[in-house]
Amino acid sequence: MYLSTMRLSTLIRRWRTHPTDIPLAGTASPAVGEAARRNRGSLQLRHVDAGSCNGCELEIASIFSPVFDAERFGIRLEASPRHVDGLLVTGPVTRNMADPLRKTLDAVPRPRVVVAVGDCARNCGVFAGAYGVEGSVADVVPVDVEISGCPPDPATIITALRGLAGT
Amino acid sequence: MSARPRNDHHCAAGSRRHVTSLLLIATALVGLAASAVGALVTQRLRIQLVSVLTIAACSGGLAVAIEVLRSGRSVVVHTHLLLPLVGFSLDLDRFGALFVAVSAGVAICAMVFRLGYHGHGLSSRTASCVLPLFVTTLLLVPAASSVTTFLFLWELMAIASLLLVLADHRHRSEVAVAAVWYAVMTQAGAAALLVGLVLLSTHAGSQSFSAIADHSAHLPAWVRSTVFVLAVIGFGSKAGMVPLHVWLPRAHPEAPGPVSALMSAAMVNLGVYGIVRLGDGLLGGGPTWWWLMVMALGALSALYGSLHSATSTDLKRLLAYSTTDNVGLMLLGVGASGLFASTGHPALALAALAAALLHMVFHAVFKGSLFLSAGSLQQATGIRDLDRLGGLLGRMPVTGTLFMVGALTIAALPPLCGFVSEWLLLQAMLHGLPSLDPSLAIALPLGVGVLALTGGLTALTFVKAVGIGLLGRARSEPVALAGEVPRSMWIGAGIPAALCLVFGVAPLLVIPAVVEAARTVTASRLPNPFVGGWQVGLSGIHGVLAPGLLAAALTVAVTLVAGIRRALQRSALRSTEAWGCGRELQTARMEYTATSFGEPLSRVFEDVLSPSHDLDISHVAESRYYVEAATFHTSLEDAFERHGFRPAAAALAWWGGLARRVPNGSVHRYLAFGLIALVVVLVVLG
Amino acid sequence: MTAQWPAVSVVAISLLQVMTVALGGPLLVGLMRKVRCRLEGRVGPPIHQPLLDLRKLARRERTRPDQAGWVFSAAPVVLVATTLVVAVTAPLLATDPAFANSTDLFAVVYLLLVGSVAIALAALDTGTSFGGMGASRAMTIGALSEPALLVALLALSVPAHSSNVPIIIARSLAHPAWLATPQRLLALVAFLIVIVAESGRLPVDNPSTHLELTMIHEAMVLEYAGADLALVKLGEGMRLAVLLGLFADLFIPWGIATAPGAGHLALGLVATGAKVAVLGAALAAFEVSVAKLRLFRVPELVAGAFVLAVLAVISALVVA
Repeated sequence: MYLSTMRLSTLIRRWRTHPTDIPLAGTASPAVGEAARRNRGSLQLRHVDAGSCNGCELEIASIFSPVFDAERFGIRLEASPRHVDGLLVTGPVTRNMADPLRKTLDAVPRPRVVVAVGDCARNCGVFAGAYGVEGSVADVVPVDVEISGCPPDPATIITALRGLAGT
Repeated sequence: MSARPRNDHHCAAGSRRHVTSLLLIATALVGLAASAVGALVTQRLRIQLVSVLTIAACSGGLAVAIEVLRSGRSVVVHTHLLLPLVGFSLDLDRFGALFVAVSAGVAICAMVFRLGYHGHGLSSRTASCVLPLFVTTLLLVPAASSVTTFLFLWELMAIASLLLVLADHRHRSEVAVAAVWYAVMTQAGAAALLVGLVLLSTHAGSQSFSAIADHSAHLPAWVRSTVFVLAVIGFGSKAGMVPLHVWLPRAHPEAPGPVSALMSAAMVNLGVYGIVRLGDGLLGGGPTWWWLMVMALGALSALYGSLHSATSTDLKRLLAYSTTDNVGLMLLGVGASGLFASTGHPALALAALAAALLHMVFHAVFKGSLFLSAGSLQQATGIRDLDRLGGLLGRMPVTGTLFMVGALTIAALPPLCGFVSEWLLLQAMLHGLPSLDPSLAIALPLGVGVLALTGGLTALTFVKAVGIGLLGRARSEPVALAGEVPRSMWIGAGIPAALCLVFGVAPLLVIPAVVEAARTVTASRLPNPFVGGWQVGLSGIHGVLAPGLLAAALTVAVTLVAGIRRALQRSALRSTEAWGCGRELQTARMEYTATSFGEPLSRVFEDVLSPSHDLDISHVAESRYYVEAATFHTSLEDAFERHGFRPAAAALAWWGGLARRVPNGSVHRYLAFGLIALVVVLVVLG
Repeated sequence: MTAQWPAVSVVAISLLQVMTVALGGPLLVGLMRKVRCRLEGRVGPPIHQPLLDLRKLARRERTRPDQAGWVFSAAPVVLVATTLVVAVTAPLLATDPAFANSTDLFAVVYLLLVGSVAIALAALDTGTSFGGMGASRAMTIGALSEPALLVALLALSVPAHSSNVPIIIARSLAHPAWLATPQRLLALVAFLIVIVAESGRLPVDNPSTHLELTMIHEAMVLEYAGADLALVKLGEGMRLAVLLGLFADLFIPWGIATAPGAGHLALGLVATGAKVAVLGAALAAFEVSVAKLRLFRVPELVAGAFVLAVLAVISALVVA
């Protein structure tokens, strides 16, 4: 059987959890307030990498780790844009990803939010003016929330998402 | 010609009987008249006239059958006009009447459907002449009451159906190949039947069925067993039982739509009819091994048929294999019934036989609707290949819905009728289980396992047929341009589809007739083994099925849930492009095909199906790292055909080639042969 | 089934069962997710998180791929409706809900199959490659697990001489020794494997996967949004609850209300709830400790369940 005694003891040890405290956001924009009223403790997002260096991806991956554990606030990433409340976009939008990004946003049921994660998503960061870059996320699709940082640290991301989730 | 009641106790019943006898004769005559009209009238009038006359004949047959089923008084007709010396005798009892009723019902739908069906050479003079003849023989075979009459009608049916399969041979060469397979299998079966029935009648000293039934108990065991085995071979080849099924997946796809429906929903039933009539009726039951053999063949047919239909990509081939599957289920029930009878459980035997017959009736209903609506799809698109169909439910909403109803029924989903008969088959086998008899203890769990496995595979098959064939996007140009078929084809396919629902909700419309038929053929005096009223179940067993209640509960639940969804809805349903990961174009070429749908299954059952794959990659001239074109071909051949019948046919051809060297045209050689033969004869006699 | 139950209590039981299943299904999913998260060292979402998700989804916009027709829209309704019918008739809290006489094990299996078929057809109706892939895989696994389930149920029906669920439960309660017989234990394992396969849990399918190519069930419902998605999720949760509830009643029947009365019913509710919760938690713990099987290893697992079920029937006959 898969469940050996050793693993069982590991599992029981893990039952004690030590998540980091996440501060709540201070003031919220009208769009965020509206989303929070809509979502009331449940927020699903589709992640779109529009041309990121994968730094932001690492941080996004770690917000679901035992340390930060964004899922305890009802926040999840989903595979299908149909299942979500908005997009989590990272990186400057490259020429090849501009249309897929628009298509993905179109696939999300309305009303929806777009979260631009990281400096590149906000203003193209170090990639500004590069030949393959179409522009920032806001140049391609309307953005509701911006999270700054290169990369932003997990607690900052979660704080912003908690604002949207209303938790 | 004389139509005489066998033993009229009182005058009213006698005259009523006279009327039914006359009606049966009239049915046959109108059928023959339709056939003559088909041969004589010009093409413009032909289709309508032939169809109307055939429908009239079928209505007569249906009326007779219903009257017999209702009253239980059989209809007897005897005439010396037709077959010289022996005469032509018909005796329609309740068991035969059930089959007549099914055949007549299917034929009426097929003929209504035929009014709108064109192409496939069905309007030719020969086909118009033969189609009514085929229908008439379908109606008369279950009434035959002597060996010669039966064989005569059986052979006529075989030839008529063969000519109908051949209807389109001028335009497509595959038709001729399919017809050769059909001809060989059906004639081999007929030969086995001929030997078996002649053996039976010589030993019984009479060729009338009733006399044979009276004497059969006193026949030597080897005669009874030989006759039964030959009959299983002969009738099994007609029923499409594995391993004699090879003609079915070839002939059905090539035959015109209404003809495939007639063959699959009505003709194959007669194979089951024959096995039951002979095994239970004329021979009055037999030893355990007979029925274990029938069960084993039924289980094999069910599994093999369902596996092949799950992996077929040709719509009509898929339906043909599913006919083999369903015949297997009927034989499983028939075999279980015989097994119960031979181990001393007559009540269960009756229940199992009735369940098998119920499945026969319901199979005719759903397979009729499936084959007819498949014919509509084929007429509208010209395509049978599922890999090129798709998106037809939107383009042909009526036909698509009819096909879907048939498909959901065959997948045994409640509240449609396929569920009821499969449930009763399961129950009949289940309640034989706590038995100490070892043959029952082994055969029944395996039988239930086979039933369950085929049930799962059938669900997969018809999700594939509907999902790939009717839903999603159109996969080819003709499909994208397809439109609805004429209204008569809706009606033809719509009647059985409606019956799927009606019989599913109220199976009691059919169950009494089926039970009476089963009692008649087994000469059983036991009470009805089923619970009556709106519930279905085996009496003596706690727990029933209430199909009407189930349907009502489902309707209420669906309405409730849909109402809640509507109440919660804040905005209108938005129609968007399907999600394709942000890709540019979503085309039909990205859809799953029937081949890919069935691929996991054909991998799981690789040992049984042994699919062959052929991947051919050509590289560009400059570098072998760049692919110019890749072609992939995958095919699934019938294992019995490839490893059994083809080598056998090759051996026969080889033998024929050898024999052909002997007569080389030289007169001297023939004279020498004559001399040698004379010498041999003299030596042997001397 | 000794005493006639008053009609009022029968209706009350069925209503209570429907509400329990409709609420309990999502809560069961939440509980299993919670257990998983805790065993992974995370706090995890609250147990009622699926209910929060459903509340939000129910009001969101519904979308439909432009190629899809009414089948796509109807499927989630059919999925939930068939499960509701099972919840009304199956003896989950008490042995005599409405229509108990016609609560046949095989009918339950086929009713649940209706929901699976509806979702598979809807997946094909979207005309996407993911939909087809999910439908093909789900139907292949279903085609193999359904017979295992039927035969396992047969092994339970043999000693009770009936495939009627209330009868089986009543007779199991009357003969507790049955529950330890080899055929019960074999059928139990087969039933468990089928539950895992049918409800799309690890190691057959990963319900929380984000990678389309590894999906089975999720791939079929990728196109659903808003209330449709809520119905699909509700249906999944209810199916899992019904399957585990049936499992609990068939193999550990103690606690189910065998007589009318609010006290008995409350006891039944608590007992069934506790049994299902424990089973769900155990399933979740098992999920954490296994990896997903390769797709073509799944049939081996399910075929194993089929063999166990056949063995169960054969041993049932030896014992009988």
